Amino acid sequence: MDHLDRLENIGVHIIREAYANFKNLCMLWSIGKDSTVLLWLTRKAFFGHVPIPLVHIDTLYKIPEMIEYRDRLTREWNLTMIYGVNDEAIAAKKTYPDGTVDRITCCRNLKTTALVNTLNGKGRRFKFDHRAGEYAVDTNKEPFTGVIVGVRADEEGSRSKERYFSPRDRQSEWNIGDQPPEFWNQYKTDFAPGTHVRIHPLLDWTELNIWEYIRREGIPTVSLYYNKGDKKRYRSLGCWPCTMPIESESASVDEVIEELKSGKLKNIAERSGRAQDKDDGGGLETLRRDGYM
Amino acid sequence: MGLREKLNLVFVGHVDHGKSTIVGRLLADTDSLPEGKLEQVKNNCEINSKPFEYAFLIDALKDEQSQGITIDAARVFFKTVKRDFIIIDAPGHIEFLKNMITGASRAEAALLVIDAEEGIRENSRRHGFLLSMLGVRQIAVLVNKMDLVGYEKSVYDGIVSEYGNFLRGLKVEPKLFIPVSGRNGDNITPGNNSMGWYSGKSVLELLDDFIPYESPVLKPFRMPVQDVYKFTKFGDGRRIVAGTIDAGSINIGDGIVFYPSGKKSRVKSIESFNSAPGEMMAAPSTTGLTLDEQIFIKRGELAAKAGEKQPTVSSMMRVSLFWLGKMPLMKKKEYILKTGTFKVPMKLDSILRMIDAESLDDCTGKDQVDRHDVAECILNLSKAAAFDLAEDNPLTSRFVIVDDFEIAGGGIIIESLDDRQSWVRDMVLLRNYKWERSAIPLDKRYERYNQKSMLILITGGKDVGKKTLARALEKSLFDEGKFVYFLGIGNVLYGVDADIKVRDRKENAEEHIRRLSEVSNILLDAGIILIVTAIDLTQYDLEIIKTTVNPESIEAVWVGDEGSTDMKYDLYIPTIENLDEAVGMIKEDLQNKGVIFRIW
Repeated sequence: MDHLDRLENIGVHIIREAYANFKNLCMLWSIGKDSTVLLWLTRKAFFGHVPIPLVHIDTLYKIPEMIEYRDRLTREWNLTMIYGVNDEAIAAKKTYPDGTVDRITCCRNLKTTALVNTLNGKGRRFKFDHRAGEYAVDTNKEPFTGVIVGVRADEEGSRSKERYFSPRDRQSEWNIGDQPPEFWNQYKTDFAPGTHVRIHPLLDWTELNIWEYIRREGIPTVSLYYNKGDKKRYRSLGCWPCTMPIESESASVDEVIEELKSGKLKNIAERSGRAQDKDDGGGLETLRRDGYM
Repeated sequence: MGLREKLNLVFVGHVDHGKSTIVGRLLADTDSLPEGKLEQVKNNCEINSKPFEYAFLIDALKDEQSQGITIDAARVFFKTVKRDFIIIDAPGHIEFLKNMITGASRAEAALLVIDAEEGIRENSRRHGFLLSMLGVRQIAVLVNKMDLVGYEKSVYDGIVSEYGNFLRGLKVEPKLFIPVSGRNGDNITPGNNSMGWYSGKSVLELLDDFIPYESPVLKPFRMPVQDVYKFTKFGDGRRIVAGTIDAGSINIGDGIVFYPSGKKSRVKSIESFNSAPGEMMAAPSTTGLTLDEQIFIKRGELAAKAGEKQPTVSSMMRVSLFWLGKMPLMKKKEYILKTGTFKVPMKLDSILRMIDAESLDDCTGKDQVDRHDVAECILNLSKAAAFDLAEDNPLTSRFVIVDDFEIAGGGIIIESLDDRQSWVRDMVLLRNYKWERSAIPLDKRYERYNQKSMLILITGGKDVGKKTLARALEKSLFDEGKFVYFLGIGNVLYGVDADIKVRDRKENAEEHIRRLSEVSNILLDAGIILIVTAIDLTQYDLEIIKTTVNPESIEAVWVGDEGSTDMKYDLYIPTIENLDEAVGMIKEDLQNKGVIFRIW
């Protein structure tokens, strides 16, 4: 049993624990490689099925290939797919590309606020109707009490302090200084009314582990991760105004892995292409305390 | 391409005994620091005119890695030629004990640091205790600050003897004691040692001697059931028992027994998602099994393999536990205990001894377990759990206690104690083990009769109309086409119980209840809705019945004045003046529980 098997076992175990303990459970799917590995682990956990609804926060500024890929897998894997969007902020043009707010405020409006309102059911949810082949407003407005998220401890500082099962209070806020203990394979699965729990099955994975696992399992990933001839590729996916491709010739999973292990990316942080992190003093802590993933 | 071995290592010990200094020294002396880090920290010290300390390196790294939040266990990556290490630098301050436990519970080996000058302190012992309880079996002790005691051998020997005895009292054999000086670097790496009397290994050499954790694949098979999946909605007919194997292994065709119910079946297949179905699965894999016979089991049961040592089942246990809750662990208060996937209400029965951090001696006179205390206690569960004892199978001896939605404590089970139901349970386990299953699954019977089987216990004081209600209910259900039977208690007393002569003796009364329960169990297996009446059933009586009959198939109804016994009922009917109304109340409850269905 190698370390990928171990990581996979822990991930599957945690996903099943979440499914058994939370009645209103969902999984955030950002379309990126991490949450797609999470989706794959879910199919492993449930023997090919995905009995947990997936939630995507659309900002309407996502790179178009991401949305195409999302809807293709939704159909192919028969996923319960829900997306939420902060249409108020978009209508009021309170976004960074509109030139009215800074990057951090834009992230807070289009991602944090949209996420919080999609999770608590106060915002509109759009659900994919497999028969009609399109999205329709979801009538279910019940709050989600368990939210599975694909964050990794090695991504940035505040995430390295996370627990597998991490409580959020009524305002979706995270008290990083007073987290519950978590030991053996017992997790925080009991929660007070109005609060919810974030569940992090990928906490122990590194960026390299993710790619090694994608290669081993043959997981389909969005083509933006690979150089298609212009010597540019995305290392991390987000909104097009704030996410820049990196200079790289890697055109396949193998080449990405090689580049991470020995190439020029060995000592460069993964989110270095994300402009909002720099505006937040190099970390996501401010955004994450407020409920950002 | 070979993947490198990884090992999680934790540094623990009393605050200010020099954990961070040793880790800093280790990183510096093995060139494991990012380029320029050492110079940068030294420069900073010069500018601020304070003496350089190796501990600053860790804080500087942590700052970099964690934006200055240093109250939690931070992780530092380190490698030797042999393998990669993740060093967990656990906080030594008592306030952060829960973070120390969170960090240490994932460690495969621990280095416990003791200050030679200050000697063994409160947390030296407490951490040693917690490591043994958390299951960290590989422990080495670093006697630090040897420079401050003039590298004196007698000081080192004193600590080796005293702390060695302490660890052996916990049944932990320390791997090694090393005299070190984090500040001067003695015995951190080979070749730097000013103590001629010590010729043993350095810390760096010790690290490669640790063995990565291996799952106990040779122990008896144990798998806590996480769930039973049936994704019929997606056209999948498989009924998969899912879980993570804690110990041992299982093959297709093996007999499998589930506890605490004692139900038995055989492994038909081992399921997987995108690889060929396997023949065998071993710890620590997550897996899914289908069974030959469709027995009713659910999350919380502990699966074992027939023919191997079976787990223990009881509702009373002697445990060692540590308490982290803001509120103390108190008697009479109800908590939730979780072991494996089993979850059950529990109470603290008694405190046998407090393990005072100063010694392992008794510390009497306490009637509650306070925050950060370690204690040996007896716990009383409201239902029996299946588990192993710590010395047999550590993983399945572990439990946590939940108070007010938070994990407030944890521990290991040392001994199973006989509870009041154990005599009944032993018989039930044997009965389930020997049970001859019908070829017609219960599900099919439910479909045929359009109902689920249920035992309706109607109880209450004398002359409140229990039998009248029972007969009316029987008739009403029968008229609706239900398969229902009212079992008069006299039919049992003078037939099945004919050999019990003295009817009012307490143990005989218990035997009556047990036999009534067994008869009920057979009738429920036939798919019947069974109605039984009895005077003043107690909670204890109900516990015996629940030990015998699946608790989910029992509906306890109390009629008339409350309070004559302590029984917890599902439905209360104050009076049956209006018989139809009383019958309607029970039927409505049955509908809510999905036993019968309203005809639309």
